[in-house]
Amino acid sequence: MAKAKLDPTEGTPFEAVIGLEVHAQLKTRTKMFCGCENRYGAEPNTLTCPVCLGHPGSLPAINRRAVEYAVRVGLACGCEIARFTKFDRKNYYYPDLPKNYQISQYDMPLCGGGAIDVYVGEAKRRIGLTRIHLEEDAGKNIHAEGRPESWVDLNRAGVPLLEIVSKPDLGTPEEAGAYLRMLRQILLYLDVSDCNMEEGSLRCDVNVSIRPRGTSALETRTEIKNLNSFTFVENALAHEIRRQIKVRSSGGTVEQQTLLYDPARDETRVMRGKEEAHDYRYFPEPDLAPLSFTEEWVEGLRRSLPELPAARYERLQNALGLSAYHADVLVRDRGMADFFEECVALYPKPQAVANWVVNAVREEANIRQVSARETGVSPSRLVDLVRAIDEGKVSNQKARDVFKALLGNERPVADVIRALGLEQISDDAFLRDAVSAVIQEHPGPAEDVRKGKKNSVNFLVGQVMRRTKGQANPGMVAKLIGEVLGAS
Amino acid sequence: MSPGVLETAAAVRGRKVKAAESVAEAIGQIRRVDPQLHAVSQVREDEARRAADDLDRRIARGEDPGPLAGVAFTAKDNICTRWGTTTAGSKILESYRAPYDATVVERLARAGAICVAKTNMDEFGMGSSTENSATVGPTRNPWRTTHVPGGSSGGAAALAAATRGMIHLGSDTGGSIRQPAACCGVTGIKPSYGRVSRYGLLAFASSLDQIGVLEADARECAAALSAMAGKDPMDSTSADVPVPDYVAGLEKGARGLRLGVPKEYFPEGVDPEVEARVREGIDVLRRLGVDVREVSLPHTRHANPTYVLISAAEASSNLARYDGVHYGYRSSEAGSVLEVYARSRAEAFGPEVKRRIMVGTFVLSAGYYDAFYNKACKVRKLIRRDFEAAFREVDAVVSPTSPVTAFPIGDKIDDPLKLYAVDVLTVPANLATVPGVSFPCGFTRAGLPVGMQLYGRPFEDGTILRLAHAFQEATDHHRKAPPVRA
Repeated sequence: MAKAKLDPTEGTPFEAVIGLEVHAQLKTRTKMFCGCENRYGAEPNTLTCPVCLGHPGSLPAINRRAVEYAVRVGLACGCEIARFTKFDRKNYYYPDLPKNYQISQYDMPLCGGGAIDVYVGEAKRRIGLTRIHLEEDAGKNIHAEGRPESWVDLNRAGVPLLEIVSKPDLGTPEEAGAYLRMLRQILLYLDVSDCNMEEGSLRCDVNVSIRPRGTSALETRTEIKNLNSFTFVENALAHEIRRQIKVRSSGGTVEQQTLLYDPARDETRVMRGKEEAHDYRYFPEPDLAPLSFTEEWVEGLRRSLPELPAARYERLQNALGLSAYHADVLVRDRGMADFFEECVALYPKPQAVANWVVNAVREEANIRQVSARETGVSPSRLVDLVRAIDEGKVSNQKARDVFKALLGNERPVADVIRALGLEQISDDAFLRDAVSAVIQEHPGPAEDVRKGKKNSVNFLVGQVMRRTKGQANPGMVAKLIGEVLGAS
Repeated sequence: MSPGVLETAAAVRGRKVKAAESVAEAIGQIRRVDPQLHAVSQVREDEARRAADDLDRRIARGEDPGPLAGVAFTAKDNICTRWGTTTAGSKILESYRAPYDATVVERLARAGAICVAKTNMDEFGMGSSTENSATVGPTRNPWRTTHVPGGSSGGAAALAAATRGMIHLGSDTGGSIRQPAACCGVTGIKPSYGRVSRYGLLAFASSLDQIGVLEADARECAAALSAMAGKDPMDSTSADVPVPDYVAGLEKGARGLRLGVPKEYFPEGVDPEVEARVREGIDVLRRLGVDVREVSLPHTRHANPTYVLISAAEASSNLARYDGVHYGYRSSEAGSVLEVYARSRAEAFGPEVKRRIMVGTFVLSAGYYDAFYNKACKVRKLIRRDFEAAFREVDAVVSPTSPVTAFPIGDKIDDPLKLYAVDVLTVPANLATVPGVSFPCGFTRAGLPVGMQLYGRPFEDGTILRLAHAFQEATDHHRKAPPVRA
């Protein structure tokens, strides 16, 4: 799906082993363990209460909706859903963590196993998942340049967070990028996360090691944190793989470290070494009773899953006959694909509709940073336009102008075409007169056509178009010229 | 003598006494005894009067003021109240003001009761003598002011003995309601785990903590529990089990109930006088028609070490939030975040709290978890099974509450193990999540009260209150007044 990029191990005797830990904030109305609003961008510390502030005596209460969202993600990824699960405390001190422990899940995650299918170039690869678990987000420490003190904003503290851990099944930065994009699509399709990396609702840590090509043991890995765009993930991985290859090639050994990536300089720096690794002293959260789920509940959620991006990608190609490119572009944006499918339901010519959605609608949506629906042209009006082209009422070239004129109003397509003077003339008698006139004016080229010179047909068509101010139906004109000059 | 809790409520509801008068009377009692006892950390005077006046106006308008109308109550200083400070007896929360009321405080207020004071305690509930209070200092026993009142709810116990007609909220993690109740000659119940919401109780060990009350008798405990118990959406560990009218349930009497005497609960180290009084108490119950038989709780001897490990582990995590960053004491010496943590905690936690945080941190650490914390959790299950087995044969089990009576201030404070040993007969209830009630069953020759303890099935708190009530109808140990008495 993405174009091939350089594999940093190419030409070396090493291969890379990559695993990703993705954190996705769930877009529940309230936080994970209290009733505070779960919203980005509010004034600092305004979306807080004794529970998410970690005040003495406060207790967590589980947001069932967050559990439901997490199980939906697990089901979408083919995970085993635990019928019995619990929360644990992960103990560490940090100012953005008001209780100095995070309520998370340790040895009994909500979801285990599962996999995500990703497409790299022409190949489809299945990336295994280790687990998916639910936890609470921490707040945010704010450090101002040149000031001795720091601030803490706890609006984010307690926001439901899904941790999705892949197996070390990824071999290249490109695969890692493809995996992230597919995971993001799944979360967006399930409508459980905004997946906005800039706002931090989707975050990624990577684990990477290298080993001699063809071997299977896992070797010492480094972890890179703080990667807040897919491109940074790919760049940081490429950088780190090259670094590890350099270390190994010069006879050194890779040390187990946690690194921070600096995208501005494309370098990593050491955050902590192995000896500083935390002992999180996990133990079962005694403030929360364990959770158990009935088969009916899980199956009900399974039945309610929407069609997922991979399945849609396949269906758009196999059932609707779209190209891989069109299917990919549409599936990437659920709103765009939904828009497309609505159009096809009204006018079942998928390829023609796809051309218009992928080119015109998507371009407009991208320029204005809005969804397909927000571009201001409804599926029914877009379909009217495509139908007008197919029926010869407007030329393909002129249709782009019609499309622009459709935006932001409710006028019928036919009216717009008429108002722009772009109605295509398909009237047989009118066109025959025009063709006769042109043939009389240009006897030379007409003679050439009679002798079978195709180029001269185009010349004569051009003259007819000129004479009709571009409104003649060019297909019909060509046909008529052939008929009149007996050289079709 | 001041009237009891139920009499006060009846008088206020019947417009014979104003809530304002009841509250003034309660505050007066506290003011009279506290100089000798050091039982309270704060008295709520103006606000309590305003609340009482407000209640009186509602009564005058003909509104139902609630079953505990005009009854004064005190909250242990680890129970959050919007008014005043909530310190848990610790320097680290010396000036901490809770932004909310604990659920029990709300529920008592909704029942018409009015908070008048916060009571002294061992820091974060860690102690059995109320000597570990960094805010008030040691509370004294009203029976003998040179002696401890027990702990950690020592302030509540001392007030329950020295005053009348109030509800005293305590908390019990390993005996912190029952042991001081025994030391002070009052009746104290630790309800079943999950019976009363913990929301607003500063956590010591979350899986063991439970809020209860210390009162003059079982009837008052029943009245308070009826108002406090029940599911709370803010506490996931509170149980959705119907709350009976515990007071009405008392009238069913004790006849026909089966009472188990576990042989493991009269071990070496129980003061012979304590054992004698408890055995006499068992005879009283037998004469009331209770079917007394021997039972066995074979894992009892492992209860104390199990308790020490689990409670310390949970405490090490629960107390992590007291770090000087968001609220509470912050060291003025600190230059970095790490120093804020280290110095604030070093300067403001007392030695017993530090000891337990260190033990708890250790037993949860990688490499030690299985040998300590995990094993303790397994033993806890065995202890719970002991009770399940015993409760298939009997409706309650009986034991001394504490192996010893109140001891002199300073006697055990320098020897943690000696002090932990005091908890040996009370910790099993917390580990097994069963309810336990302690009530006076006599006195030593030296004139100190002896407590007798009953355990019941989870959520059958009413059964042990019934037995205690029957006992108290037949005896008058609970009516004896200590030398310090308002």
